[in-house]
Amino acid sequence: MGVFDIYLLEALINGVLLGGVLALLSLGLNLIFGVIDVVWICYAELIMLGMYGMYFMYAVYHLPILVASVVCIAAVAVMGVILHVLVIAPLLGSAPINQLLATGGVLFFLQSAATVMFGVEFKNLGLRLPVLKVSEMFLSYSRLLAFVTALLAMLAVYLFLARTYTGAAVRAIAQDRQIMPLMGVNTHRIYVITSALGGALAGLAACLLVLQYDVHPFVGLSFGPLIFLICVLGGLGNFVGGFAAAFVFAEIISLGGLYLDLEWGYVFAFAFFIVMMFLRPQGLMARRS
Amino acid sequence: MRRPLPLAAALLLALPFVYHAPYPLHILVIVLIWSFAYTSWSIMGRFGLVSLGHGGFMGIGAYVTALLWNKAHLTPWLGIPLALAASGLLAVVVAYPCFRFRIIGHYFALVTLALSGIVLQVITATRDYTGGSLGYTPERYHGGNSLYALQFTGKETWYLIALAVWAGGLWVWRKVDRSMLRCALEAISEDEDGAAAAGVHVTAEKLKITVLSAVMTALAGALYCQYQMFISPDTVSGIAISLQMVFAVVVGGIYVSLGPTVGAVITILLAEVLRISFGTRAVGWDNLVYGVLLVIFIIFLPKGILGSLLDLARGRRASPQSAARVASA
Amino acid sequence: MLELRSVRAGYGTFPALFDVSLDVRAGEAVGVIGPNGAGKTTLMRVISGLIRPTGGSISMEGVDLGTTPAHRIVELGIAHVPENRRLFPRMSVEDNLKMGGFVPAARAKHDGRLGLVYELFPRLRERRRQLAGTMSGGEQQMCAIGRALMSDPKLLLLDEPSAGLAPVIVDQLFDLVKQIRTGGLTVLVVEQNVQQVLRVVDRAYLLKTGSIRAAGTAAELLESETIREAYLGV
Repeated sequence: MGVFDIYLLEALINGVLLGGVLALLSLGLNLIFGVIDVVWICYAELIMLGMYGMYFMYAVYHLPILVASVVCIAAVAVMGVILHVLVIAPLLGSAPINQLLATGGVLFFLQSAATVMFGVEFKNLGLRLPVLKVSEMFLSYSRLLAFVTALLAMLAVYLFLARTYTGAAVRAIAQDRQIMPLMGVNTHRIYVITSALGGALAGLAACLLVLQYDVHPFVGLSFGPLIFLICVLGGLGNFVGGFAAAFVFAEIISLGGLYLDLEWGYVFAFAFFIVMMFLRPQGLMARRS
Repeated sequence: MRRPLPLAAALLLALPFVYHAPYPLHILVIVLIWSFAYTSWSIMGRFGLVSLGHGGFMGIGAYVTALLWNKAHLTPWLGIPLALAASGLLAVVVAYPCFRFRIIGHYFALVTLALSGIVLQVITATRDYTGGSLGYTPERYHGGNSLYALQFTGKETWYLIALAVWAGGLWVWRKVDRSMLRCALEAISEDEDGAAAAGVHVTAEKLKITVLSAVMTALAGALYCQYQMFISPDTVSGIAISLQMVFAVVVGGIYVSLGPTVGAVITILLAEVLRISFGTRAVGWDNLVYGVLLVIFIIFLPKGILGSLLDLARGRRASPQSAARVASA
Repeated sequence: MLELRSVRAGYGTFPALFDVSLDVRAGEAVGVIGPNGAGKTTLMRVISGLIRPTGGSISMEGVDLGTTPAHRIVELGIAHVPENRRLFPRMSVEDNLKMGGFVPAARAKHDGRLGLVYELFPRLRERRRQLAGTMSGGEQQMCAIGRALMSDPKLLLLDEPSAGLAPVIVDQLFDLVKQIRTGGLTVLVVEQNVQQVLRVVDRAYLLKTGSIRAAGTAAELLESETIREAYLGV
């Protein structure tokens, strides 16, 4: 009985740790949606590219891991800006579904580009981080690190939004886009900054995820749909909602994975999502409509 | 279009008896099956109900049929209806809460995107039954040529079956186009509240078209399974398939009955050309091209090739309207 | 200071302003009155850059506004208080005011300007942490004006400040407008409420269906028949 409880506790804690990274990702997506009113379906694919970048920089070219991480974050931030400028900006006036489909095209493109350039084999960073033993429970150091880093990053984003002028503009533009010029704010500039921020968060997530998981062109499919579910359930654009939903989903997956294969965790998460839609529809209405 | 139709039909029917070469016939069968799948998607897509989850329905159609045959020895004549029922049921389970609680437009698309991802995960998770990512093969019966097992070795037979189903799909498209359902759905996509105020049962109408579309797509999946005698999660299911559907219809033209077919012709020919020219090195290149083209088409030609050509023919300038009109969310 | 010459503007194919010419001289308070649908809000928007003029010219101290990007017009010293306030509802009063002083030139003066705004509107200081969307109409209007003042403007554009407010609040509001002018601030007010606006401005123009129909000092216009006709169609 005691051993059983320990596994449960371990799963619970792992759920929390996983939740941290998922919350970070949903923050990125919510930022983009809240400010620019667009969903990047290819968000997970940006992370995938970041993970590949980390693999090449660290495992192939033997750059120190911290340097690789900084480069990765910057690179994906730039990718976010390119995505916005080339694909999103021309479609800002169109129906939202067009913007969604266009990012779908980018998803296709990125997955295929990765397949063509890197092949379909799984690649691993090869970095063995220690496993901590906390009273009968085994917690991986990489998970803990990811969790703490994610929390710190979210705190940094919060401070940016709350304390700086640009951060205030980011918050404001989500609430009333049309009068921003009256404040002297260049909305295009804010979009670019937000895209860079969303990309940077994806890059950071890539650094954290590559410590724990292998990378392959379709790795985005493992957590992409999940992030969308999290954001929709928490309310697209609702940072707090996304944060909470991330942990809820992470626990479901972790506990589901305790008794069954990991994939079933996702199935339960989706089933949970459907049930929640019946029970709490107001939690699903995005702030903007 | 009245007089050309019997002539075209006669030509299409006669084709396999005149032109026997197996490879082109194979391509034709594939094109017809996928055209049917894409047409099924566009039946709801044209009303702004853009689903990114149809890969899931196709996968269900394929896998349920194959599994019932292999494990339960159930003939596809019964297996396929069951598969269709399963996908219809799934469509209701997912779509009903969405429509009931006004999850529309891109929120709906995201939910359906997750759906197709989940179906893929289920197929992979039940790998002991489905073979997971390695794929699954229905057992051959009587040497692969049996009406009971719905397996045929002759490409001509399959061509005729695919042709019939494809034509059936177009017929359904036309029927919907001429029905009250279409009027209701167009009203809904313009202004959902207004339509409801006018007495339209919004949820019911949307659900009808969604189930129809899902069931047809599942049929496409089942046929594909019976024809190819091999299915794997990425060839019939998943996000890539869902996006491919959208891409083909967007390129071909979403508001025109033959648009999805044109899209299928383009995508499949493109894939074949790449495969022939580059062999295994071509893996991934076709999707890469699709991705770029999808973005370009969405930005510059949202009505698709056929749609824009028809516009030109009617003397209207192809205007940068949205590819799928969505109820203003 | 502000010059409009034969300005035309509209929304898509719908023209709202035809051939509008007016002047605002430094230190003045000028009103634009007119019935509903006259194009008053359009006029404000075309000055502050939210809409581009389709004809004519607008200049502020000699700088052509028609070709200046909208977000740079604030830097020229024009602050627009939009119709219906348009505060950021889920941001605090403080943050709303902060956004008013977003332009780099204003950031340096933030503390000073904030002090000034709080002096003018003590209620705002009391409620500075409160979410703007939860305040009453009158308080919101004060906040909106305060937000515009944060950029230390030379010209303040007030778009229908009395809209949706109770008469006693409107009274207080226009008293405040008088007070704001004492610092030498130039004001252009667009307003439906003729009585209130004519008691705080020096001159006014009458705008009806997109054109200027009359102009004169406040006193002249108060007495004239033209206004009555314009509003009542008599």
